[in-house]
Amino acid sequence: MGQPGRSADAAPDAAPGASPGAAARAPLLGMLTALLRNRLALAGFVIVGLLVLGALLAPLVAPQNPYDLSKLNFMDGRLPPGSMSTDGSVYLLGTDDQGRDMLSAILYGLRTSLLVGVASAAIALVIGAAAGLVSAYAGGRTDAVLMRVVDIQLSFPSILIALILLAVLGQGVSKIILALVVTQWAYYARTVRGSALVESRRAYVDAARSMALSDRRIIFRHILPNCLPPLIVVATMRVAYAIMLEATLSFLGIGLPVTQPSLGLLIANGFAYLMSGNYWISVFPGVTLLLLIVGINLIGDALRDILNPRREG
Amino acid sequence: MISYLASRLLQTIATLVVMSVLVFVGLYMVGNPVDALLSSSATPAERIAVIHAFGLDRPIWDQYALFVWKALHGNLGNSFVYGQPALRLILARMPATLELAFGALLLALLIGIPLGIRAGLRPEGLVSKSIMTFSILGFSLPTFWIGLMMVLVFSVELGWLPSSGRGQTVELLGVPVSFLTRDGLAHLLLPALNLALYKISLVIRLTRAGVMEVSQLDYVRFARAKGLTEGRILRVHVLKNTLIPLITVIGLEFGAVIAFAVVTETIFAWPGMGKLIVDAIGVLDRPVILAYLLLTVVMFSVINLIVDILYAIVDPRVRLAGGA
Repeated sequence: MGQPGRSADAAPDAAPGASPGAAARAPLLGMLTALLRNRLALAGFVIVGLLVLGALLAPLVAPQNPYDLSKLNFMDGRLPPGSMSTDGSVYLLGTDDQGRDMLSAILYGLRTSLLVGVASAAIALVIGAAAGLVSAYAGGRTDAVLMRVVDIQLSFPSILIALILLAVLGQGVSKIILALVVTQWAYYARTVRGSALVESRRAYVDAARSMALSDRRIIFRHILPNCLPPLIVVATMRVAYAIMLEATLSFLGIGLPVTQPSLGLLIANGFAYLMSGNYWISVFPGVTLLLLIVGINLIGDALRDILNPRREG
Repeated sequence: MISYLASRLLQTIATLVVMSVLVFVGLYMVGNPVDALLSSSATPAERIAVIHAFGLDRPIWDQYALFVWKALHGNLGNSFVYGQPALRLILARMPATLELAFGALLLALLIGIPLGIRAGLRPEGLVSKSIMTFSILGFSLPTFWIGLMMVLVFSVELGWLPSSGRGQTVELLGVPVSFLTRDGLAHLLLPALNLALYKISLVIRLTRAGVMEVSQLDYVRFARAKGLTEGRILRVHVLKNTLIPLITVIGLEFGAVIAFAVVTETIFAWPGMGKLIVDAIGVLDRPVILAYLLLTVVMFSVINLIVDILYAIVDPRVRLAGGA
C-alpha cells in the first residue's frame, strides 16, 4: 500500500565522486570485499558455487544421462542409496521408479531449476528496472499509473498470478519463465523507483543536467549505476524465490513438462513413493533445493546487512 | 472521502474486468477442451454434439458476453468433468479451505506471538537467537518441501498423525467441519501447521520488532519506574501497542494463506478449492478454472478494498493523496 521512496526523498546528500563511472564501481567493489569477509556469505558462495558447477558440468560428471531411456534399466528401479547396479556401478543416491540414477537426475534437474530461476530473474530485472527508472524520472501521470499497476499486482500473491498464467499458457520452460517474469518485475520496479527518486535529487544529477547531457545518458550512466546496490540485493533474494516458486509449481504438476524435470518435479515424482518408505527419491532432490535456496539467501542476507548496517536479523 | 471511495471502487471493477478478459481469452487460445472431453474413439458426430452442447462453436466474444451475463447471475457454467455447476463445486469445497486457512492463522498467532515476545525481550540470548534462526528457515524453505517432510516424519515414520483427507466431519450450521471431532482435529493439525509455518515466521518477526521498539518508549520506562510488575507492563503496555500493526498484517495475509493452500491441500489431499483447481488445470476443465480464478480475484479485490478504506479512515493523508 505504501509509497516506497517517498520518505527517503528528502535525504539531503552531497554528490559523491565526480565521475559517474567511479561512483558506480566503488560501492560495488566495497560490497564484494565486505561480502568475502563475511563467513556466512562465504559459506553461501561455496554452496551455490558447487551446485552451479555441478549443474554446468552435469553432462561430464553425472554417472548417467537421465533422459536417455535406453540407458535406464527397469530392474534397477527404486534401489536405495549405495546400491550396486546390474552393470556393476554404484547408485550413490539410489534410483527412482524407472531405474534412473538419482544423482544424475538431480544434477540435470539443477540445470533446469537454475536456468528458470536465473533467466526469469534477469528478464524481470531488466523490465522492472526500466519501468522503475522511467517512473522515477518521468514522474507525474506516468509514475502514478505505473506504480498503481505495481501496487495492484503486488496485492495478489505471486503463486496465484503464476497459477492463473500457467492455467492459461500451459506447460513449458519458456512459459514458466514468462509466468515468473510477470510475477516478479513489480518488485524490481518498486526498488529501482525508490532509489532512483533519491538519486535523481542529488547534486551530481543537477550537475549532469547543467552540462546539457541527454536524459538517456543521465538515466543510464549516472542514476542507474547508483541504484545498483539495492537492486542487486533484491535480485539475489528474488532468484531464490523464483527457484522456489518454480519448484512449487512443478510440484503441483503445472509448471514444467515431465520431459525436462526440475528439482520440483523430481520431488513430486518421489512423493508417491514416500509412503512406501522409498524416501530418497523425494528427499535428495529436496535437500539439493534447500541447499541452493539457503545458499542464495545467505549471500543475500549478508549483502543486505552490508548495505544497511543498522538492520539486523 | 467519497471521491476516494468512488475512485477506489472503480479501480477494483476495472481490475476485475481486465482479469476476467485476460483469463477468458487466454484459456481459449491454448488447449482444446473437446479433446479432453472425448475419448479418442469418438465419432465426428459425437464431437460436433459435444462442441455444440458446451457452446464451443460460437464466436469467442459471444462466448465471453454469454459468460459475463451468466456470471453476473451466479452461473459460471458447468464443469466439463463433474457435470455440475462450477460455482457450486467450488463453494462446496470452500469451507474446507477456509477451515484450513483459519486454523493456520490461529496457529501462526498462538505460536508466533509468544516466541516473538521471548525474542524481543532478550534479543541477545541463545533462545532468542534460535527463535530467529527458526524464523529465517521458515521464510526461506519451500512450504511444499516442509509438508513432505512432515508427512515423512509424523505419518510414515512415527505414525502419529494421519496424512490425508479431512477425517470425520460434523455439520456446523449446515457446513461440514473437521475441528469439532477428535479424528478431524488430528487430520487438520499437520496441514494447518504446514500452511502456518511461513506466517509463524512473519508473526515472530513483527512481534519481536514491536516489543523491542515499544519497550524503549518513555511510557514503558515510566510504568517500570512506577514499580509495576514486568508481567503487567508486558500485558498492558507493551503488547497492546504491538498487536495493532500485527492484526493489520495478518488480515492482509489471509488472502495469501488461501492462495498457498493450493500447495498444502495437494500434499495432504485436503478436499478444498485448491486441490480442485490443480486437478482442473490438469484436465483443462475451463469453467472450474474460470470460476475459481474469478472467485479468488473478487475475494482479493474485496479484501484489498476493505483494507484500503480502513487505511483511509485511519490515515487522512491516504485519501488526500489518492482521491484528488
